[in-house]
Amino acid sequence: MLVAIYTLWLREMKHYFRARSRFLGSLATPIFWLAFVGIGLSSAFYPRYLDFMFPGIIGMTILFTSTFSGVSVLWDKQFGFMKEIFVAPISRVSIVLGKMLGGVSIAMLQGICILLFSKIFGIKILLQGVIPSLFIMFLISASYVCFGLIFAARMEDPHGFQIVVNFLIMPMFFLSGALFPITKIPTWLKLLVCINPFTYGVDALRLCLIGEGAFSLAKDVLALLIFFILTLSLATYLFREMEA
Amino acid sequence: MHAIVTKELTKKFGELVAVNKVSLKIKRGELFGLLGPNGAGKTTFISMLCTMLKPTEGEAWVEGYNIKKQRDEVRRNIGIVFQDPSLDQNLTAKENLDFHARLYGLDKKTREERINEVLELVELSDKKAQLVKTFSGGMRRRLEIARGLMHLPQILFLDEPTLGLDPQTRRRIWEYIMKLKKEEKITIILTTHYMEEADFLCDRVAIIDNGKIIALDTPENLKNIVGGDVIYLRASSQEKLLELLEGLNLKARIIDETLNISISDGETFIPKILDIARKSGIEVYSIGLRKPTLEDVFIHFTGREIREERGSALTYARAVVRARRMK
Repeated sequence: MLVAIYTLWLREMKHYFRARSRFLGSLATPIFWLAFVGIGLSSAFYPRYLDFMFPGIIGMTILFTSTFSGVSVLWDKQFGFMKEIFVAPISRVSIVLGKMLGGVSIAMLQGICILLFSKIFGIKILLQGVIPSLFIMFLISASYVCFGLIFAARMEDPHGFQIVVNFLIMPMFFLSGALFPITKIPTWLKLLVCINPFTYGVDALRLCLIGEGAFSLAKDVLALLIFFILTLSLATYLFREMEA
Repeated sequence: MHAIVTKELTKKFGELVAVNKVSLKIKRGELFGLLGPNGAGKTTFISMLCTMLKPTEGEAWVEGYNIKKQRDEVRRNIGIVFQDPSLDQNLTAKENLDFHARLYGLDKKTREERINEVLELVELSDKKAQLVKTFSGGMRRRLEIARGLMHLPQILFLDEPTLGLDPQTRRRIWEYIMKLKKEEKITIILTTHYMEEADFLCDRVAIIDNGKIIALDTPENLKNIVGGDVIYLRASSQEKLLELLEGLNLKARIIDETLNISISDGETFIPKILDIARKSGIEVYSIGLRKPTLEDVFIHFTGREIREERGSALTYARAVVRARRMK
């Protein structure tokens, strides 16, 4: 089982490092957010906004990269490679875990890169929070790769996947407190924010990296763990049901 | 022991019965062909044997392992070359094989050895570091065959191995399959709708139509069912000639605007036909004699041609998808 997971992971890595433009392109979006929106808003309204926003942007990078990594399943279906995987004597759980760890590695690599940008932007982060933040990134990433796999298991068309997933991920990003504090918003909005699992990821990252947050770290981690177990179970179930 | 035993194996997709109570036994070391038109149920049949699809009814054993209860054991013992391409184009030939070998649990040393062996077999050793996307359709097919053999399976399934390939490439693939049979000593099960492919390669052929096996024997014996010779001719009034010949209790059919007559002793019958035609005022434009093919066997049993669905929308769509992927 471990061999199978490693094999699948290795393949995802080879694909990723063979398409270098993907790596650079994926770093562009968060840099634009930090440089244009972040600096813009901090100069206009609130000097510390850039610091506040930074963990949110790390979260965003992880969120999008992880969820969209599920598209590789659809390309595999399109190119027939899924059959090769499905007919091998390996369990479906290991296929899910292999894909998951592949997506997690890529997302975390990007998250760490953004973390390093904090120096360039002059953002002060808590050094003791870096290691815990990596653990949080892992949890967010693993959950959202599985979240993407849930849709990938049921869909055929890669472009359709991108549209559907974007439709779900965009509100999750905006309603997470990544861009604004969730303490002062109206109740109806707060309700939406609180049922959004990504909220707890952003909150945990912010607690680790700048020491501020709306909830306790324990609550954040618990919420993320529950979400992870749910998505992983559902993704595994759907992959078991799949016939190539 | 048999390589494969099936007992009333059935697969239904809703109302459609794709495979209808197929019972057969395939011997070890045999090159066994499933011949039939597109949509006859060949791929569905082998998909069940490969544990890719669950049968609706019936049982089957592959190398003694039950396809429903011992899926992993079945999978370990079979290699498959799918009808549609299934390579990772962004990996090299070697990486594709290595990926496969790892999934089947081969250790490092065996992997290295086996990669070189199978690449040698399909003559792609010099291309092993190239990305698959740079390969031609024929090369990809060969690499897929090599991959199917990586983990030393007892049985190799080839689903339409030469579909969409040009005649020269098809010939070469046939050579590899023959070589395989000799060198690897495995059971090979092949599906095809090319009768000459089944005829040339297979020890035994099962002719399948509408999910049912309608004949199963060696190509020789199958052709003997039809009779010794086939006379084919074109004439001014073929329908009338057909009626006259049927009046003489002869097996005759018009296919592709050509009148085909199955007969045991063709040479001596040609003058007789010409005589009959002349007496009825029918002009014969051309006449010839050939040995029966498996196509004639198929027509004998079904009254239709294998190639009948030529130009159907589905076949065309498949060809387009395939052509796109082969780029």
